[in-house]
Amino acid sequence: MSGSQAARTLREVVGPYFGDFGGRFVPEALIAALDDLTAAWEKAKGDPEFTDRLAVLHRDYTGRPSPITEVPQFAAHAGGVRIFLKREDLNHTGSHKINNVLGQALLTQLVGKTRVIAETGAGQHGVATATAAALFGLDCTIYMGEEDTRRQALNVARMRLLGAEVVPVRTGSRTLKDAINEAFRDWVANVETTNYIFGTVAGPHPFPSMVRDLQKIIGEEARSQLLQRIDRLPDAAVACVGGGSNAMGLFHAFLDDTDVRLVGCEAAGDGVASGRHAATITAGDPGVLHGARTMVLQDEDGQTVESHSISAGLDYPGVGPEHSWLASIGRAEYVPVTDAEAMSAFELLCRTEGIIPAIESAHALAGALRLGTGLVAGGADPAETVLLVCLSGRGDKDVATAAAWFDLLDPDAEVSE
Amino acid sequence: MTASRPTLRGTAGALEAARSEGRAALIVYLPVGYPDVDGSIEAARTAVAAGADIVELGLPYSDPGMDGVVIQQAVQAALDGGTRIRDVLRAVREVAATGAPTLVMTYYNPVLRYGVDAFAAALAEAGGAGLITPDLIPDEAGEWIAAADAHGLDKVFLVAPSSTTERLHLTAAASRGFVYAASTMGVTGTRATVGEKAQQLVQDTRAAGAQRVCVGLGVSTADQAAEVAGYADGVIVGSALVRTLIRPDSDRAAALTDLGELVRDLAAGVRAGGAR
Ligand SMILES: Cc1ncc(COP(=O)(O)O)c(C=O)c1O
Repeated sequence: MSGSQAARTLREVVGPYFGDFGGRFVPEALIAALDDLTAAWEKAKGDPEFTDRLAVLHRDYTGRPSPITEVPQFAAHAGGVRIFLKREDLNHTGSHKINNVLGQALLTQLVGKTRVIAETGAGQHGVATATAAALFGLDCTIYMGEEDTRRQALNVARMRLLGAEVVPVRTGSRTLKDAINEAFRDWVANVETTNYIFGTVAGPHPFPSMVRDLQKIIGEEARSQLLQRIDRLPDAAVACVGGGSNAMGLFHAFLDDTDVRLVGCEAAGDGVASGRHAATITAGDPGVLHGARTMVLQDEDGQTVESHSISAGLDYPGVGPEHSWLASIGRAEYVPVTDAEAMSAFELLCRTEGIIPAIESAHALAGALRLGTGLVAGGADPAETVLLVCLSGRGDKDVATAAAWFDLLDPDAEVSE
Repeated sequence: MTASRPTLRGTAGALEAARSEGRAALIVYLPVGYPDVDGSIEAARTAVAAGADIVELGLPYSDPGMDGVVIQQAVQAALDGGTRIRDVLRAVREVAATGAPTLVMTYYNPVLRYGVDAFAAALAEAGGAGLITPDLIPDEAGEWIAAADAHGLDKVFLVAPSSTTERLHLTAAASRGFVYAASTMGVTGTRATVGEKAQQLVQDTRAAGAQRVCVGLGVSTADQAAEVAGYADGVIVGSALVRTLIRPDSDRAAALTDLGELVRDLAAGVRAGGAR
């Protein structure tokens, strides 16, 4: 397992392998499609015509660059350190997912395919894909676990408004992992017309590298924005990790800045000890899932174990191979954040800063609260301690979940979720 | 060429025996644990008695990405019923005792988790013929290839209509026993017609150096079996057989009767198409 050995810096490692992780553990029938996609991406990413079109879309359609916002009232609860949020929540469609989707949709056009498919958990990747499909005039089918279509009913409606077909997946645990299986089955059968727009940095090569390339704009912008604003790099960059795309997007710019700690916050559900969680790197073992060798929540027979999280976007028993590798070499650290911790950080950001975050992103906020408090307790000067947190999405889609969690609704109110 | 040298318990012997009778072999897929472990062993024995030449026992996996709804349903029921790897090894032992070469069809993670060499050793010890690995391409299979070679097991890799000539060569060279030609671009399941690309794929795979090529995906009737038997070394049938076992009334005796009947039809089919 090699292929990345020529890289001199961590940022130059491009797959298909990240150390022992990555690869292409897929049926032979998909290899030609993955080869084509790899070649198309290699060509497109260096082609000014492609990169210029993408840059215009980022600016005029998504609203990039997304700002960084310092949140001192929130940070007062983190030992008084300085916290800056990278505002991916302000993107069109409400999360970082659009960064990746626009790139892959443009690529779909370039290779002459007319239909896109995607999996979605929280619905954000599905909404972003449906949006891009509408913009580019592509047919669009979104696979979503039946369990998630219930949890995120509003996003199902959004996708349908945008003209996408949403297929509830009723196999297995009826969540994101099963939606991915179903999307791959569709892809094998329809590969001549269809491009699979994968939503995160997991899956077979080239997806981990390509999605990372399309998301790294998060960290690149944030790095230069911070340098411009405060003339220094952060002490730590913090992000939530589902499959790991917003985290990889944030981390990538800092991989070779060895003084910057990289902290990934995994969903710990009811707590890692409870067994009901999605803390894949914290509690998983190396294995193969969805085409990549990576950390996986699995039982002793190698069966995938169902994950649990209040956040549908983090409820995934696998993780991108580059994260597994960064954990294995100690470059990034991955910490578990429970539902309760995430919801308390969620509420705190709402009340102190007037920003309603996605519950996924609230896991990163909780991680930052813990990290800041710990650093100050360990003697760090709060005024000289800077945390950069990826606010990967906004919480509109989560209002019903939050209302139920905090018991905010009048008893006779009607909630249509 | 060591890659294609048959081993004693391997599938090459059965395929050559069928060839010497002027026909293709009938290969049946059944998942271990459906309707339960003993029931699946019974089903496999019934299939062998009815004329199956080679048995593929499916190791139930939580994320069967290459399977269609029928096999997904049976495999999920097998997992819900608590089927374990050790049950699969027991099934191999009992089915191999019929004398039919017995392969295990498995996704890679259970093997990786068990330990690739340990799995190969256990499979060989149980009398298994080897593995069919639907989500493992030779490029990623270094560990399994070494273990299979060390334990004298068949390595059945897949080719697809989308495989390039270069990949057909690679896969033919890495396989032992036979090469599994997926008839269509798709997942397992019964289809009205076997892909028209299958025949060309078999020819191309032979031209790439494969000595034996068997065709699977979508074969469900005797007529289809006869058609495929006209150009392939073996005809692989899965979903159609599994469907005979899925009964709302859970009448096992009736299920085995239906299964046996279908296998007899298919066995007649591979003989009818044997004019090669
Ligand atoms: C707002 C938000 N953040 C994070 C995630 C998790 O994905 P990833 O880990 O790929 O960033 C999702 C997934 O749906 C999301 O919607």
